[in-house]
Amino acid sequence: MSSRIPLPYAPRVLELFQNPQNLGRMENATITSSAGSPACGDMIAFYLLIDEKSEVITKSSFESYGCASNIAAASQLTIMIENKTLEEAWDFTWADVSEALGGLPSVKTHCGSLAVGALRRAIRAYYKEIKNSKPEWLPTDLSKDEKHALEEEALADKLKKKYKL
Amino acid sequence: MSNVEDLLKQHGKAIKEVYLDWENGTRIEEEVLEAMKPFYLEKQFGNPAITHRVGWETYDFYVKAKTTLAKPLNVQPQSIALTHSFTESNNLAIKGLAKMNKKRKKIIVSEVEHLSVIHTAKSMFSDDYKVVILPVSNDGTVNVDMLQEELDSETLLVSLQSINHEIGTIQPVREALEIVKDFDEKIFFHTDATSAFGRIPLDLSNLDVDLASFSSNRILGPKGIAGLYIKEGIKLKSIYEGQLSVETLSPDVENPALLAGFAKAVELQFKQFEEIREHTIKLRDKLMYGLHTSIERTDINGPAGNRRAPDNVNISFLGCEGEALTVDSSMNGIYASSGSACTSRVLMPSHILTAIGRKPEEAHGSLLMKVNRLNTEEEIDYVLEKMPKIIERIRSITGGIQI
Repeated sequence: MSSRIPLPYAPRVLELFQNPQNLGRMENATITSSAGSPACGDMIAFYLLIDEKSEVITKSSFESYGCASNIAAASQLTIMIENKTLEEAWDFTWADVSEALGGLPSVKTHCGSLAVGALRRAIRAYYKEIKNSKPEWLPTDLSKDEKHALEEEALADKLKKKYKL
Repeated sequence: MSNVEDLLKQHGKAIKEVYLDWENGTRIEEEVLEAMKPFYLEKQFGNPAITHRVGWETYDFYVKAKTTLAKPLNVQPQSIALTHSFTESNNLAIKGLAKMNKKRKKIIVSEVEHLSVIHTAKSMFSDDYKVVILPVSNDGTVNVDMLQEELDSETLLVSLQSINHEIGTIQPVREALEIVKDFDEKIFFHTDATSAFGRIPLDLSNLDVDLASFSSNRILGPKGIAGLYIKEGIKLKSIYEGQLSVETLSPDVENPALLAGFAKAVELQFKQFEEIREHTIKLRDKLMYGLHTSIERTDINGPAGNRRAPDNVNISFLGCEGEALTVDSSMNGIYASSGSACTSRVLMPSHILTAIGRKPEEAHGSLLMKVNRLNTEEEIDYVLEKMPKIIERIRSITGGIQI
């Protein structure tokens, strides 16, 4: 088989993998988003329930087609953003997620990045599709984590071409 | 990095454990360890290249042990070189041959070879070698018609595995060998027989290959020792330099204890060759078809029936990511591996599963399990009982994401 490396996860990753918090589709979500691609074996869907008046995330959930750290990163992020305003939620980075998980192995840091990318897409989509306005704090240019998601999706296209699918 | 002890505490230990990751790590049996012990503690621990009593006694043991290794292959003991691993055997076969034969500069391998063959062949690019990689069919069988087309006066070596290590395809080595030798007897033929040794009959006096790699750990011998059969008259050059030793192609201080363990493992495996074969085929089919029929959206990777290695089970579970699958299985006491990108250093799916036309998302959901003489029917029952629930849970995390 292809080369294997042991991936010594932090216990928190395994804990969330065993018992993922906020797992599952949310039928009444205000906004949904996704990042990544099944071709890369790494995809996250994000659901946010937003109180439109206060712009607070009252509930969020996720689904994940990915490895244990991908699942844990998405779950961890949903915990971190609960009852946070969209502006506060925007500020979480992959490094915050990784830290909350007790550190991700270097080959898995992109899992944290993908979760953040999916969340930021949801926030952007909320202002674009529902509010039709853009708050000042929301940057016009794509952030690093959003770009990461795009890169991964581009890689999926490349994979598909490589294997002529 | 976090404390792995804490991780293991979090992981916990299942009440029952079934080890099926024989592809990636093996243990030895008590009998093998017992055979090794005296060579660590008491006797024949010397260097067989040295001229004193202990050295000669060790030399005597080397001659006898090599006879044991040579017997199931039906070759002369002196035609077997000892190495430290099948990776080294494969490196030695390709590079060692190229170093002695610099006129021809084309090497042909298949795209489902072990990476120790593919990467070694590709590493020769820098020395102006041309490397041709043959495609395979959707069950992993090497396309021998393409082999015929690729042969020319430049061809130095054809290297084709006897059995694929990941999806269990028994390769048409005899047919390929005939094509090669009919075209030009001077083209060398190497087979990586690592996954075939002890699984299918390998009479090398009849199957007239020039070089064949085989390994101790794959038949439950100790790790750290392997063999390379070199047909009489073929010269290789060592691929690294070292001291005076009996094993001139792998110059080092010899380890008689590992050789004793290797020889004992060969004895055990071949003493009950047919029984082990029947036992593993029974467990393989029970596991493979059991999972395939009890769980929806599964695909068996590799061929069916007698064209499949007796010990190999490889199944793709759609809608499951394989790394998550191996971790969840582990928490249920079932140890296996996956061809998922997330289990690899390079984050690319298994080159073998993509070579047989599996989509990346099918490769990501694959699980490789091997069975051997240590596994029992009861263990397979346990896996068949647990697996549907594991798959169901992982699929529930995937949820509505379209795969």
